Amino acid sequence: MTGKDEAELSRLLRAAIAGDERAYADFLHRIAALVRGFVRRKVVQGGVDPEDVVQETLLAIHVKRHTWRMDAPVLPWVFAIARFKLIDAFRRRGRRIEVEIDEIAETFAEPEPETVSERDINRALDGLPPAQRSVVSSISVDGHSIGETASKLGISETAVRVSLHRGLAAIAKRFGQR
Amino acid sequence: MRTEDLIKALDADARDKAMPMGKAWWLAVGVAAMIAAVVFFATIGPRPDIMPAMHTMRFLSKFVFTAALAASAFTLIRVLSTPGASTARASAWMVVAPLLVAIAVVLELFAVPSAEWGRRLVGTNWYICLTFIPLIGIGPLAILLAALRHGAPTRPVLAGAAAGLLAGGVAATFYAAHCFDDSPLFVATWYTMAIAFLTLLGAIGGRLFVRW
Repeated sequence: MTGKDEAELSRLLRAAIAGDERAYADFLHRIAALVRGFVRRKVVQGGVDPEDVVQETLLAIHVKRHTWRMDAPVLPWVFAIARFKLIDAFRRRGRRIEVEIDEIAETFAEPEPETVSERDINRALDGLPPAQRSVVSSISVDGHSIGETASKLGISETAVRVSLHRGLAAIAKRFGQR
Repeated sequence: MRTEDLIKALDADARDKAMPMGKAWWLAVGVAAMIAAVVFFATIGPRPDIMPAMHTMRFLSKFVFTAALAASAFTLIRVLSTPGASTARASAWMVVAPLLVAIAVVLELFAVPSAEWGRRLVGTNWYICLTFIPLIGIGPLAILLAALRHGAPTRPVLAGAAAGLLAGGVAATFYAAHCFDDSPLFVATWYTMAIAFLTLLGAIGGRLFVRW
């Protein structure tokens, strides 16, 4: 976290808000790395998967990017959101442990209990209406563009954009409400 | 989903933009004030002798208190809805309205014989004050909580309380134009209680509804 980082990231986010998609991708990649470092340092015991917190933070940054004041430094804003999501994850985990006591016995009984790649966001994705889910996973997991997704699903690009936007907003909201 | 994949989805959604928070707050406060005005004029309305009352210090001082509260709470709520923004200066401004009321109370105690204090404090209208400040303020509070949801308050309960103070400040400004009890003793007691109720309601609303 240097002054140079701050200046560069502010510039990227300003460009992104002005409509530069490449700047936005660049911004998100760099923020993801920073937030990952932060969360991994904070999560010392198990229970919370740091990568889940990274993803929830990125989603929150995305849906709340209009709360950044363009003349203010961007890193304090980013880390305030990351801290908020981290506390949220701990609180949630604390609550959930009681619920899962029964399931733990089952998990031990399984020959292959490894579910490391199962992210919270996948479960949230599964909860979306089918139209939104297929659009979001086409663009994220399959890596298709808006145009490719539109022709693959046989809907307009506008419809793809709307489904994507609503889908992401719904996932972000679900993380906030638990 | 890998984080890499999530970023692809977020990037594809980059074009969609929400209203900037600064603008959203001015809009929310405008709508809140309008709702307060409609409820005020549809129910109790200004007192009939408002023109001569304008020339008395006590009547005017009420607006100084309520406007100071509304302005400082507006500053605070804007800061509280922005992650990472420093709250120190905005919190310091919150002292202004209580301080002005406290000074006015002391002046009133000097100006009025002690036999009068009780009568001035109780006034003639306290139940209307306790009813109508919350009643005028409840609509604005709902609007402000909705604006908070649009924002990103990392301390939702505190931000909700600030919304209650702001709604209270707006509502009390209108109510002050109706009320005949102009003594700072009355204002310090009953206005404070009514605004405290809205603040509590705001804090509860922040806890329950402001999630993100």
